[in-house]
Amino acid sequence: MRHIISILLENEAGALSRVAGLFSARAYNIETLTVAPTEDLSLSRLTIVTSGTDAVIEQITKQLNKLIDVIKVVDLSEAAHIERELMLIKVRATGKDREELKRLADIFRGHIIDVTESTYVIELTASGAKLDSFIQAIDSGLILETVRTGTCGIGRGERILKV
Amino acid sequence: MTMMTGAEIVIRCLQEEKVEYVFGYPGGAVLHIYDALFKQDQIKHVLVRHEQAAVHAADGLARSSNKVGVALVTSGPGATNAVTGIATAYMDSVPVVIISGQVPNDYIGQDAFQECDTVGITRPCVKHNFLVNDVHKLAVTLKKAFYIASSGRPGPVVVDIPKDVTAARCRFEYPGTIQMRSYNPVIKGHLGQIKKAVHLLLEAKRPMIYSGGGVILSDGAEPLTRLTRRLGFPITNTLMGLGAYPGTDSQFLGMPGMHGTVEANLAMQHCDVLLAVGARFDDRVIGNPDNFASLPRKVIHIDVDPSSISKRVRVDVPIVGNVPDVLEEMIRLLAAGNAHPDPEALADWWKQIEEWRGKQCLRYRHRKSVIMPQYVIEKLYEVTGGQAIVTSDVGQHQMWAAQYYKFEQPRRWLNSGGLGTMGVGLPYAMGAALQNPDRQVVCVTGEGSIQMCIQELSTAKQFRLPIKIINLNNRYLGMVRQWQEMFYGSRYSESYMDSLPDFVKLAEAYGHVGIRVERPEDVEGALRKAFVEHRDDLVFIDFITDQKANVFPMVAAGKGLADMILTEDL
Repeated sequence: MRHIISILLENEAGALSRVAGLFSARAYNIETLTVAPTEDLSLSRLTIVTSGTDAVIEQITKQLNKLIDVIKVVDLSEAAHIERELMLIKVRATGKDREELKRLADIFRGHIIDVTESTYVIELTASGAKLDSFIQAIDSGLILETVRTGTCGIGRGERILKV
Repeated sequence: MTMMTGAEIVIRCLQEEKVEYVFGYPGGAVLHIYDALFKQDQIKHVLVRHEQAAVHAADGLARSSNKVGVALVTSGPGATNAVTGIATAYMDSVPVVIISGQVPNDYIGQDAFQECDTVGITRPCVKHNFLVNDVHKLAVTLKKAFYIASSGRPGPVVVDIPKDVTAARCRFEYPGTIQMRSYNPVIKGHLGQIKKAVHLLLEAKRPMIYSGGGVILSDGAEPLTRLTRRLGFPITNTLMGLGAYPGTDSQFLGMPGMHGTVEANLAMQHCDVLLAVGARFDDRVIGNPDNFASLPRKVIHIDVDPSSISKRVRVDVPIVGNVPDVLEEMIRLLAAGNAHPDPEALADWWKQIEEWRGKQCLRYRHRKSVIMPQYVIEKLYEVTGGQAIVTSDVGQHQMWAAQYYKFEQPRRWLNSGGLGTMGVGLPYAMGAALQNPDRQVVCVTGEGSIQMCIQELSTAKQFRLPIKIINLNNRYLGMVRQWQEMFYGSRYSESYMDSLPDFVKLAEAYGHVGIRVERPEDVEGALRKAFVEHRDDLVFIDFITDQKANVFPMVAAGKGLADMILTEDL
């Protein structure tokens, strides 16, 4: 099962490598990992998308909590939450493809943020699955480059992750 | 407040932590610290001959007491040599603080002489580590290091200090206590869970207590013994937990696991309620977890580390907390309710256990002309009156020491159970001997293991440590040979130890007493000579033992606990 794990950790040198190292040392899977400081600059917020059985996810949560730099761990996917990922995708845009790609970007609520005679860069923010379907929807021969941030997420309503 | 250099601050912090011994080896990056060490006489420095032994000795000191061991090494090779020692302490949750020198801040990342990424290299085998890049953070970081190493589930903490930080000056202020928002180990167990556990224990028809190294580390042996006696239940102690319950008591079933007794393993397998205390159901204890789970039983698990619970075996009643506190609470609840387990069911269960015990699985055939290794341990037990601190290396001798020396008290048996590090025996004995000058310290080893830290005979001479080394010399890497005999068609690939040194001469070359024993009738005499006549000397006794002796019982890797191979010649 896919899980989105949110972690508050000390914004210290090496804290990220402790988390990443834990996953590789214990053979846990990382699909995506994003990290940045929060409004409190002494804290970083890290989001990991992983998958595993309930027992594995329980161990991941416990092992993360054991890291000295980790302050809080929450499995966002346990309850109502929102997830988003940003993708920049550079496509070959010539001839009739230009119109088609523009239409497709509109359908997916994307923006074209760079235009040349032969290329577009499209910016898209959505769930990871939605980004996958956008990639599916366009002719793979037109894709020149994709770059994705990985998933970040937040609980809905009063569900708040704070120190 | 006076201004102090970083090096002086390091030493002051160690003094504040009441550190008596530091095991270390000097080098470029720690020269300032060694200079500060030279100018005081409160902390004694023990100069080892290899940094691996510095950490092992600090670890041995910690295991034999409830103190934090301290090692001091230089940057680069000093730190990398220490890694085996750090990983060994980590696997067995031993509180050790390792201070390593680092190249100056502005050299870091330049591939400087004797530079390595110590924090990076040690990250997976420490409880936590620090790189202190500012002298103002030095005292508080060392305070944190001692606090983290010794609280919760203990473990090693590395503090890496660049050379310029040890030269820089600042005011010294040592915090009395430390608060960390990201680290708050659970102490008190949940009362509701403890009540549930007590209820389950009282309902049990076939109860079993299984305790591990956590009981020793938390000084929980005394309440564990009281609880076990109060309940009248059978108990087993793991390799790391030996001594938590008196080894000669009738309720003690011996050690469980790969080389555990028949009665301990079958009671683990067939019990209906299992109380696991400070133990982690590792592969050498329960064998195959699927096989273990194939019989229904309720499991209660007390551990200070939540991640140990339900890791390999599903637990019905988890109790996260400090072991002695939880056990005291259980005893209190039993006393308050004047509750007792079902006597009839317990009597039937004991009848079954006595039947298993009747197999006398630790019997072995004595030979007239050859020394049996088990016999040496039995005689060692007699001659030391069961009162020695026994350290071991890793292999057959380790298992025989665990099986045949009956430990009555905690912190008397020091060995590398988790990482299984050959070479720990002698440095462990050094740490234990310094910490316990009034107690006899014995290192049970083999001719393979002892050579992995043999250079420490020199350290032992310098500090006049009267360790007794029991070398069970069968000219084989015995445990490797045993597996090759059983599982590789007796193809003894690289397990024969050729060109061995003359250990008697070697001991003498280092200034110690060496004795060689080749006949069974000389075993006891040699031991008495070592422990009485040479009481104050380090004595290396080289016992030439049976080459074919194997450790039994044995549960082969990946098999279930009930699937034991018993000694073949009985």
